[in-house]
Amino acid sequence: MKKTLFDKVWDAHVVETIPNGPQILYIDKHLIHEVTSPQAFGELEQRGIPLSRPNKTVATADHNVPTLDQHLTIKDALSRKQVEMLTTNCEKHGVTLYGLGHKYQGIVHVMAPELGITQPGMTMVCGDSHTSTHGAFGAIAFGIGTSQVAQVFASQCLLLNKPKKMRITVNGKLNKNVLPKDVILYIIAQLGTNSGTGHFVEYAGDVFEKMSMEGRMTVCNMSIEMGARGGMIAPDKTTFEYVQGKEFAPKGDEWNRKLAYWKTLPTDEGATFDTEYHFDASDILPMITYGTNPGMGIKINEKIPTINDASFEKALSYMGLEKGQSLVNHPINYVFIGSCTNSRIEDFRLAASHIQGKQKAKNVTALIVPGSQLVAKQIKEEGLQDIFEAAGFQIRQSGCSACLGMNEDKIPAGEYCVSTSNRNFEGRQGQGARTLLASPLVAALTAVEGKVVDVTELELT
Amino acid sequence: MEKFKTLISRAVPLPIENVDTDQIIPARFLKATSKVGFGQNLFRDWRFDKEGNIKEDFILNNGNYVGKILVAGENFGCGSSREHAAWALEDYGFKVIISSYFADIFKGNALNNGLLPIQISKEKLSQLLAYLEKNPTAELHVDLENQVLKLEAINLNESFDIDAYKKMCLINGYDDIDFLISKKETIEAFETQNQ
Ligand code: SF4
Repeated sequence: MKKTLFDKVWDAHVVETIPNGPQILYIDKHLIHEVTSPQAFGELEQRGIPLSRPNKTVATADHNVPTLDQHLTIKDALSRKQVEMLTTNCEKHGVTLYGLGHKYQGIVHVMAPELGITQPGMTMVCGDSHTSTHGAFGAIAFGIGTSQVAQVFASQCLLLNKPKKMRITVNGKLNKNVLPKDVILYIIAQLGTNSGTGHFVEYAGDVFEKMSMEGRMTVCNMSIEMGARGGMIAPDKTTFEYVQGKEFAPKGDEWNRKLAYWKTLPTDEGATFDTEYHFDASDILPMITYGTNPGMGIKINEKIPTINDASFEKALSYMGLEKGQSLVNHPINYVFIGSCTNSRIEDFRLAASHIQGKQKAKNVTALIVPGSQLVAKQIKEEGLQDIFEAAGFQIRQSGCSACLGMNEDKIPAGEYCVSTSNRNFEGRQGQGARTLLASPLVAALTAVEGKVVDVTELELT
Repeated sequence: MEKFKTLISRAVPLPIENVDTDQIIPARFLKATSKVGFGQNLFRDWRFDKEGNIKEDFILNNGNYVGKILVAGENFGCGSSREHAAWALEDYGFKVIISSYFADIFKGNALNNGLLPIQISKEKLSQLLAYLEKNPTAELHVDLENQVLKLEAINLNESFDIDAYKKMCLINGYDDIDFLISKKETIEAFETQNQ
């Protein structure tokens, strides 16, 4: 039978199929962080059972950590307790932890790929919905709830029904100034926030084939924003080159053995999907969101649509925006470049290249939050830090930061923030904060101008 | 986990679509390290303003609407995977959530906490929401064994789908961990074969 990439990886991990019921799926890597793990460790304790495979579990502290003075004790008592608990739990159960101050600490979905923990053909889970990011490598990676974190702790397996398969194909040449972020924001705006429910998505076509690993991660990251469990891209030369030589990547003979297997993973010609969508790259333009879910996005040069619906109107009233309004030139006081969607070195290189020699607008607070300590190190080594600092941007230490505002990095109520993150929900970046999701290019130029910049026709070097 | 068989209760209508888990329980309340007490912060920023004053116009603050069933707009529970959302709903007192669509992770989390998500058609949902808004004392009947949802006043007699395994778990109060632990040997054999 012809199989898809998803089928191949899934089927290779099925331990048992319960008659008329779910399947037992084996999990190769379990990533954990401080916010969704304490209750799962509690569950083990309550039942008096051990963590079954500590060597397949990797932890980091990212969601709830300060981005200033990480070497000092965390000020917020509750955050401190949560981070300390992660340390205690990891020590107790023998789990590797890249905690605050560790050279590998970072947002879980930035840290694991750059260390070579993420590999093609794996099954990976984390108590975080953006685990879909790792699908960029041709892995089955998805977010789970805390009860499931406890299940993986206890058995290294999950009970699941095999999701349906969707393929989204984008062929053609991308327009000028269109970045991977625009591609995924466009797809979500076209299909809606629940179009992917019950599905695992494979992204196919030249646009993704030509994309860098960083770009593929940005795309797969936001699969969950259309409701999909995860997204995947077939592993190819770009993938192998990225993985090879990374800290935890296979080496020597093992590398050759794995590589040969990875090359068999792409979807067979003629394999079928439950749902298919096709888009033409030339239809995609730089995007921005105007509402309170990631599906409420428009081409930056378009006007906010006129839809008469209570939920739509509630969203616009929260955003302080009106039907038919254009966002171009809308004044912006906050810019956030960070999050597991866009906080990799490629994102900062791009942002820095458009900021170089310029100053941020006076009214703007601009935050640069590297996705990991390794990215932060690279920013420094490549001289990007100097560019950002000279332009008046604040460079912080790595973590989720203003993506979800669990730490002090919050956007004040009523303020607009152009953000490279993935969610514009009410209050996501702080109570009353208004988020406009966009690419790092739009974010960087907006910081310089102090208002939303239409990059569609801009000639940039 | 508590056992679930049937429920007769009034229901709270929440006709908002795409209710994400950041609304159900905002991130700033995720700093807790236990599962208890999330109910007091359920829909926190819809129930209270920044100063902590009650927002009178939000339905959960209207004493006329109470019950163990929440009826919500399409795509309920989207966004973050936080199981705290299911804990908050359950801790607040809800046992059943009805919508025309649930986000996958939320649905799984709910079922793992004895909270039953019932999916009905969009059409039936709008009918139900409209009726409940006008008739807050109406009582809904949920029968998990027979998989039916009833509200006689509007001739609602819907059968709903649920995974057979999950249904067995809810009815008996079992959870997945017990089951997976019982498969220890099979899992180890799989590992040896695939290393
Ligand atoms: S950066 Fe944002 S979306 Fe990504 S893991 Fe952290 S909180 Fe979640």
